[in-house]
Amino acid sequence: MDRMPPWADAVLVPLISLLLAAVLSALVILGIGEDPVAAVKLMVTGALGSSYGWGYTLYYATNFLFTGLAFAVASHAGLFNIGAEGQAMIGGLGVALVCLAIPWPHWALALPAAIAGAAVFGALWALIPAWLQARRGSHIVITTIMFNFIAAAVLNYMLVNILRPTGSMDPATAKFPEGAHLPTLHDLLAPFGIGFSKAAPANVSLLVAVTACVLVWVLIWRTRLGFEIRALGQSEGASRYAGIPPVKTVVVAMLISGGLAGCMAINNVMGEAERLILNATEGAGFIGIAVALMGRNHPAGVFLAAILFGFLYQGGAELALWTSIPRELIVVIQALVILFTGALDNMVRMPLERLFLALRKGRRA
Amino acid sequence: MEFMTVLQVLDSTVRLATPLLLACLAGLFSERAGIFDIGLEGKMLIAAFFSAAVAFVSGSVWLGLLAGIGASMLLSGLHGLASITFRGNQLISGVAINFLAAGMTVLIAQDWFAQGGRTPSLIGAARFEPITLPLAETLRGVPVLGPIYAELISGHTILVYLALLCVPATWWVLFRTRFGLRLRAVGENPAAVDTAGVSVVGLRFAAVAICGVLCGIAGAYLATALQAGFVKDMTAGRGYIALAALIFAKWRPWHALYATLLFGFLQAVALRYQNIELGGLVIPVQLMDALPYILTVVILAGFVGKAIPPRAGGEPYVKER
Repeated sequence: MDRMPPWADAVLVPLISLLLAAVLSALVILGIGEDPVAAVKLMVTGALGSSYGWGYTLYYATNFLFTGLAFAVASHAGLFNIGAEGQAMIGGLGVALVCLAIPWPHWALALPAAIAGAAVFGALWALIPAWLQARRGSHIVITTIMFNFIAAAVLNYMLVNILRPTGSMDPATAKFPEGAHLPTLHDLLAPFGIGFSKAAPANVSLLVAVTACVLVWVLIWRTRLGFEIRALGQSEGASRYAGIPPVKTVVVAMLISGGLAGCMAINNVMGEAERLILNATEGAGFIGIAVALMGRNHPAGVFLAAILFGFLYQGGAELALWTSIPRELIVVIQALVILFTGALDNMVRMPLERLFLALRKGRRA
Repeated sequence: MEFMTVLQVLDSTVRLATPLLLACLAGLFSERAGIFDIGLEGKMLIAAFFSAAVAFVSGSVWLGLLAGIGASMLLSGLHGLASITFRGNQLISGVAINFLAAGMTVLIAQDWFAQGGRTPSLIGAARFEPITLPLAETLRGVPVLGPIYAELISGHTILVYLALLCVPATWWVLFRTRFGLRLRAVGENPAAVDTAGVSVVGLRFAAVAICGVLCGIAGAYLATALQAGFVKDMTAGRGYIALAALIFAKWRPWHALYATLLFGFLQAVALRYQNIELGGLVIPVQLMDALPYILTVVILAGFVGKAIPPRAGGEPYVKER
């Protein structure tokens, strides 16, 4: 009874939280002696003012879509998957192994194979934490954190000792064959007569990510498995009573989550770098947490949040290029978004709930 | 392996274990009171920066230490506000704190010193100097025991000895005082503590504050004792290793010492040798890096004794009305 109307819960609370984060970010910019209005203007023109800027914004957004969806799916099952970073790293290994295995004739053949490789590797990396959580009760947050570090060590070993081409000093794989190069948005839009920057890295993976959004929506809200996942996340006791197998559901939810995180690699490894390098994920796995929190774990929300974070990342890079504001400003903004939309959610929610309650009482009186 | 080499590796084990130990004990207080803290990393990082910055500007390492503790406690307060007052998700709050520290330290460092997100190098009184224990040089000539005393036991900074003293102190506070009993109770069954008329919120804030102090010392040690100044991301995952050590120690102070010494030893070995040959088998350095995490997962899996966290950990307490 003491609830708010659904629209307030879905739109008003996140919006106010976001506003608070924005105000604090502006104060931080002021604090280091820069002009927040000029900074925002520069970010908007840099990230959205040209097809080059859009190309980078969408490229980053593609990464965050995958990791955001990964976190959201696990969240629906009541699991806090902080391991998307490691799963995306190992997904990159899967993509590299697939791309280097045979001389691919065409990207249309290479892409499905690479998606499979990325998803399987990412999912397998989530399997052990999932199984330990479901069977042995080991806290999934701790195990996935540990698996992030183990993934970094595995990747380091594979790149330095095994996958590095002979004679190369660089800890990276060889360049992927020509047939495994994904078309960029420039290549995709040219046949329609739309001009798009040639240099920007946004590529066909964006379409894969958007498809993944739709599939996740169908999975969570339109299938029996999705219902089971949500039921388990809401109440383990009730779902067990309803005959939903908890171990299986936890493991399957984490496999899907890990697979989605792994799929990020088709964008950053196959689409952009076209070879596997150390630290290819650049923290995108953790940004997925912010994206999912802001998007309220709904694919549509995740989509919007991913675009916003893509904008922040490209805008932040432009800021670092043209002003003395370091790129780390984006990390601060990201922290504030996580803080206000996640941890301090009740700070906004409690007064709002009281306000709506008072309004309702007033109407009845 | 030579005797002196062994001593040097053990000596660097102690050095590297110290920040882990302090952060581990910090986590111990917090988690024993039912507040999960994955923000140890961030608190150490911000303490490292502010201690180095203030020590550089003031020329006094002690002022630096105070500033580091203050900064760390500020983040602790934020964690407490989010997870105790507003009953938010403690994990999310921890993640936010880690990012906040990672970003703010570089941002402020660039603004203050304009050296690419680092502080200038600390010299003289702006650093903690090693202390030579009495008679260390005189006794060096004594076979076996002499070098052990001079190399391994003597010649650390005061913070190392302080960290070691924190172990029995933590044990005593947690297991021999009324405050400790209540603190542990609040992590297991806050409702019972509330019924007894003791403030759950007060106890949890006290635990989070102690956590902030210890993380602050750990961060200050990194920037002003282990190294001479702050560099970007200098904690390098130590907060997470401390978290792993905490689980490894199953939330007990003395075991925290052993666990952090073990992890410190692994770091020391990985630092000194690239690849280790054991009877024809080459152990890659990456395995040494990953070993603390692998060991922790094995412990968590419950194959080698089960690690059971405090029962009320991670759950906000809602007072009955």
